[in-house]
Amino acid sequence: MVVANVVQAVTMGLRQELKRDKNVIVMGEDVGLNGGVFRATDGLQKEFGANRVIDTPLAELGIVGTAIGIAVNGMKPVAEIQFSGFLYGAFDQLLSHAARIRSRSRGRFSCPLVVRAPYGTGIRALELHCESGESIFSHVAGLKMVVPSNPYDTKGLLAAAIRDPDPVIFYEPMRIYRAIKQDIPEDDYIVPLGKANIIQQGDDLTLIAWGAMVKTCQEAIAKLQGKYSVELIDLRTINPYDAETIISSVKKTGRCVIAHEAPRTSGFAAELTAAINEKALLSLHAPVARVTGPDTPIPFAKLEGYYLPDADRIIKGIEKVMGF
Amino acid sequence: MPKKVLKEFKVEYLQILDESGSCDESLMPKLSNEEIRKMYEMLVLIRVFDQKAFNMQRQGRLGTYIQFKGQEACQIGSAAVLEDKDWVFPMYRNSGLLIARKHPVVQILQYWNGDERGMKSPDNVNNFPIAIPVGTHMIHAAGAAWAAKLKGAKDIAITYFGEGATSKGDFHEAMNFAGVFQTPCIFFCENNQYAISVPRPKQTHSETIAQKAIAYGIEGIQVDGMDIFAVYKATKDAVEKARAGKGPTLIEAFTYRMCDHSTSDDASRYRSKEELESWMKKDPVDRLEKYMRKKGLLDDAYKEKVMNQSKDIVEKAVTEFEKISNPDPKDMFKFVYVEMTQQQKEEMENILGQ
Repeated sequence: MVVANVVQAVTMGLRQELKRDKNVIVMGEDVGLNGGVFRATDGLQKEFGANRVIDTPLAELGIVGTAIGIAVNGMKPVAEIQFSGFLYGAFDQLLSHAARIRSRSRGRFSCPLVVRAPYGTGIRALELHCESGESIFSHVAGLKMVVPSNPYDTKGLLAAAIRDPDPVIFYEPMRIYRAIKQDIPEDDYIVPLGKANIIQQGDDLTLIAWGAMVKTCQEAIAKLQGKYSVELIDLRTINPYDAETIISSVKKTGRCVIAHEAPRTSGFAAELTAAINEKALLSLHAPVARVTGPDTPIPFAKLEGYYLPDADRIIKGIEKVMGF
Repeated sequence: MPKKVLKEFKVEYLQILDESGSCDESLMPKLSNEEIRKMYEMLVLIRVFDQKAFNMQRQGRLGTYIQFKGQEACQIGSAAVLEDKDWVFPMYRNSGLLIARKHPVVQILQYWNGDERGMKSPDNVNNFPIAIPVGTHMIHAAGAAWAAKLKGAKDIAITYFGEGATSKGDFHEAMNFAGVFQTPCIFFCENNQYAISVPRPKQTHSETIAQKAIAYGIEGIQVDGMDIFAVYKATKDAVEKARAGKGPTLIEAFTYRMCDHSTSDDASRYRSKEELESWMKKDPVDRLEKYMRKKGLLDDAYKEKVMNQSKDIVEKAVTEFEKISNPDPKDMFKFVYVEMTQQQKEEMENILGQ
């Protein structure tokens, strides 16, 4: 075991996979000598060489587009995009190609690439450095979408994403990159994609979140000081999501709050709410509540605190459902 | 202090076989009589296929079809150089190329009739499915070639696109990555003078497409795209260079679309009959035929035999195609992920009732 934060867990996951499979390569802007803008690839080029950890030109479309060709020709590229907002320049490649290659070729070719990108607000960064586009990618059949919330899951989910035969977008919770430390195994392990994690059991209400918002939910639960018995679920994989865990929890508790920092309209909470309505309506004692960012561009530093749901807003959502 | 010239560049043009079928023997690539006959047979086969597919669309027996008449030498001349294991990233105007790359004719008909099984490449040939979006697939060739280089394999990648695609930013990123990483990759531009209705001078103020390579530090050449020997020679040089680890090449094949953009287009709206007729004189099939007749490689009997055998191949494929039943609707779900998701299983049950 070794104590690691989320960024260090990313590095450990990459190192583990680079060692395990010679076809794995890491590519992106500044990932080599500089070790990435968040140091997620620190030391990897020195350890594995410039043909395995590759500095690319400053071109997101080019990074993802070449990664597609590399993946099709039997390698496992792990591309870093410096901030998830910069992924929009590569959107066409992900939607029009990566997601469709297996289908378009009727299974003759596949595209096992991973695109890593830090996401989320709350770090006083520049415009488009704070995006939460998980529901955009979750709407694309053929892509998988993963968001870890802690160091253990980060290493395990990243390893699973790299071993997965389909294209995976791997969102990293930038706000808590260095905020959480855990003992994590140095040995090889994975956390399977598509499985949610019940962080704590409860009977009164199901609270669902992913990524950095899980920590905010834990703060809310702590602040409630046992007032309600809350079951906290970390979704971990957005697509394909673990409906079974969610539905069985909501059937047990009868109440649900979903928290995410992405804008509310067409945010992933809407999909989960619909699934709950379809499969657990008669167990519900109250409508599902969403605690989300508003339908605005993510504001700059001065106003980001108003945008980002905090523990108090989550408590407000919980009280609304409990008092229905 | 006077200005000084830092660098001067030149753009080369290659023609080996002229419109009259006369050949510059000093430039002629080494090809056996058998190889030349094989090229001629492929040219005729794909022209017969192209016409048949067009007719079938008009008769309501095929969906939207993209013709390539006029561009046969580009597709056959370049394909003749490639190995099966080489990576081909085609565009939608490349049905002829795919036939030359061993893609079954019947499957190509299936594809253009809305049956996605048609684009499943034969297992031992690395033909990527054709790209419907313009120009977004060039970068994949740069990537596939890069992987070959990283693995130390000898396979190369080639991508086909029109001159319209060079207006997209994707072209820039693909050429730039290929240049920076010296990937064994060939960019084959079938410059057919029109992107639907928009003529070449409105796509770029650059005098040639070939010269765009210069900015990326890679070699570019313009060839007569109606001259199968020039196409063959330029592609062969580029492939040998790529296999030797000496980097990418841009080939601009100067050609003409002697047909509409697609079966939904009417080219008479934007170009003159005279212009089309002037290009017909350069026809790639007629040109090779003239050469072969001069060399004693073709007579009327052989010509007729080739035509009949081409029709036979195509008609057999059509008969087979028309007997094929619709794909299993489960296929819609089957190839999205390696395994169907729980959500997809439910959707499939809802839609297909099982």
